[in-house]
Amino acid sequence: MTAPNDRNNDGGVPVPTTPAGASSTAPAEYPPASPAGRGMFGNQGTGDVSGYGGLVRQRQPIEEAARPYGSYFDEVRDALEEAYPDFGDAIEKVVVDRGELTLHVRPERIAEVCQVMRDDLALRFELLSSVSGVDYLGAERRLHVVYQLTSMTYRRSVRLEVAVSAEEPHVPSVTAVYPTADWQERETYDMFGVVFDGHPALTRILMPDDWEGHPQRKDYPLGGVPVEYKGAEIPPPDKRRSYQ
Amino acid sequence: MTTSNYATERETTEGKVFTVTGGDWDEVVSGTDPINDERIVVNMGPQHPSTHGVLRLVLELEGETVREARSVIGYLHTGIEKNLEYRNWVQGSTFVTRMDYLAPLFNETAYALAVEKLLGITDDITERATTIRVLMMELNRVSSHLVWLATTAMELGAINMMLYGFREREYVLDIFETITGLRMNHAYVRPGGVAQDVPDDAIRKIRDFLQLMPKRLKEYENLLSGQPIWLERTQHVAVLDVTACMALGVTGPVLRSAGLAWDLRKTMPYCGYETYEFDVPTHTDGDVWGRYLVRVAEIRESLKLIEQALDRLKPGPVMVSDKKIAWPAQLAIGVDGMGNSLEHVAKIMGQSMESLIHHFKLVTEGFRVPPGQVYVGIESPRGELGVHAVSDGGTRPYRVHYREPSFVNLQALPAMAEGGLIADVIAGGASLDPVMGGCDR
Repeated sequence: MTAPNDRNNDGGVPVPTTPAGASSTAPAEYPPASPAGRGMFGNQGTGDVSGYGGLVRQRQPIEEAARPYGSYFDEVRDALEEAYPDFGDAIEKVVVDRGELTLHVRPERIAEVCQVMRDDLALRFELLSSVSGVDYLGAERRLHVVYQLTSMTYRRSVRLEVAVSAEEPHVPSVTAVYPTADWQERETYDMFGVVFDGHPALTRILMPDDWEGHPQRKDYPLGGVPVEYKGAEIPPPDKRRSYQ
Repeated sequence: MTTSNYATERETTEGKVFTVTGGDWDEVVSGTDPINDERIVVNMGPQHPSTHGVLRLVLELEGETVREARSVIGYLHTGIEKNLEYRNWVQGSTFVTRMDYLAPLFNETAYALAVEKLLGITDDITERATTIRVLMMELNRVSSHLVWLATTAMELGAINMMLYGFREREYVLDIFETITGLRMNHAYVRPGGVAQDVPDDAIRKIRDFLQLMPKRLKEYENLLSGQPIWLERTQHVAVLDVTACMALGVTGPVLRSAGLAWDLRKTMPYCGYETYEFDVPTHTDGDVWGRYLVRVAEIRESLKLIEQALDRLKPGPVMVSDKKIAWPAQLAIGVDGMGNSLEHVAKIMGQSMESLIHHFKLVTEGFRVPPGQVYVGIESPRGELGVHAVSDGGTRPYRVHYREPSFVNLQALPAMAEGGLIADVIAGGASLDPVMGGCDR
């Protein structure tokens, strides 16, 4: 692909170069939605090598589920609607996929929704299993925070999801409802830069305190340096040729 | 190591800084003013032998009483979740197995279950593969609890228990080596099944282990259960009740020691656990003693499960039939570990060009996973191990997050330690069984 001396200037720092052939075969109408979807030996096209070339992978938007959802999902929705008068305003979308229920919640309402989910007798989601983030780079509100709730009483689980933009990444903290969110929100802040308003001490937790940037964001590079093995230079993982 | 690596003894605005590398406590504090310097801050770790790996505790002490405790983590953060996004779905197994290094098979199984759910092939996993997964997970639970028993006993002064615990764990690791080729970091459970069938040799070893273990468990109990020092150090120490556990998200043996029989194998079964016969041991005191009893009882339950799984092992495939998902080569264990079998190499290199093409495509490119997200929770030795996996439809994970029980449970340490004695910080911290590789990922 690239000659080693192109890649290395002073100090051995790899410089991004345009891979050979990147512009020769690339139809422009399929820009991958994220840098993670780029690669294929520098091909920007469909990634189809069968010769047909028409097999374009489409990104499907996640569809809102239609009633009845099946399983216990209808009961959960009804119970929440009954216990929480602002349901229509707070819940943006209800998604049922692969046997899991996801409620997309307006960010500013998440703490209220969690409170109802925990306290209502018909819901009783006592345990917040997991809080984490996902960065959908390219979307307007790209930073998602995902809450996995578990009801030990009814043995159910539900996912709540909020989406905020990288410019205005504010979400109310749910630590007052679920104290276990403390470290998990700190991790999400550390890794994605989502600011949880009302968190008692929102500091970095896994990365050093003086670290710059939020490593799990999709526009944050993996890093790494090329290594030499038996005379050949092996580029760092995110610079290696790859399929997508 | 010389003391020059440490902060020097000096006066600061916060008070005097001491460098302590051992010695007598009275001598250490003799330099302090007993009237004005009642509270001292002690930095325990990150390389303290009693903190289970690179965990750092900052303790504010008044005499020997802990007034405030804060844990500092992240010293073992290796960016595994980020790295996963740059490897294909199969390669993910080799990364996640390195998270919680005492329970690698749980990490792998949780990951495999999540990927299978994304692929929609959960029902296609063969019975033999599922049974082998249960077998391996329960063996792993035994070995993990043995390490817990060994290290905790050592930290409380029972060095002989440490030797016995690691001795028996070695039997399990030997079984793992026979089956997977490696003692740790197996990458054995793969999306679609398991990498390798269980050899007959391993079955014999497991049967021997099942014979041996009950006797050894009896020995441990004879050694510890009536021991006055052990009782003093564990009973009514680091108490955490059910309410506190649920608020802080603590699961696993710690929650069960407080009295709630919440075990995902029973309450939200996976891998066919609902068809096995086993009990969920609980205790009501919620102290270190209760956690000890629960874990020892869980080893016994795991032995029951291993026996049942062995009896169920019927010949059959250990991988899904879809050749795109299954690894293209039959794997075999050679002298240098697991790799492609020689027959397969001979076939692709000498006989079939098409096989070579498929092998190349599937190994370098991997399979695509339909877009979507799933969450799968399983009961690891430390509690709920959850995998949140997101796919964008590509050949690599878009995002994988591990809900690590070590990470979540460790939040409970201040609640256990504050107001108690500094010696009980060790007992309480150990009773949470944190594994920093999993905690920091």
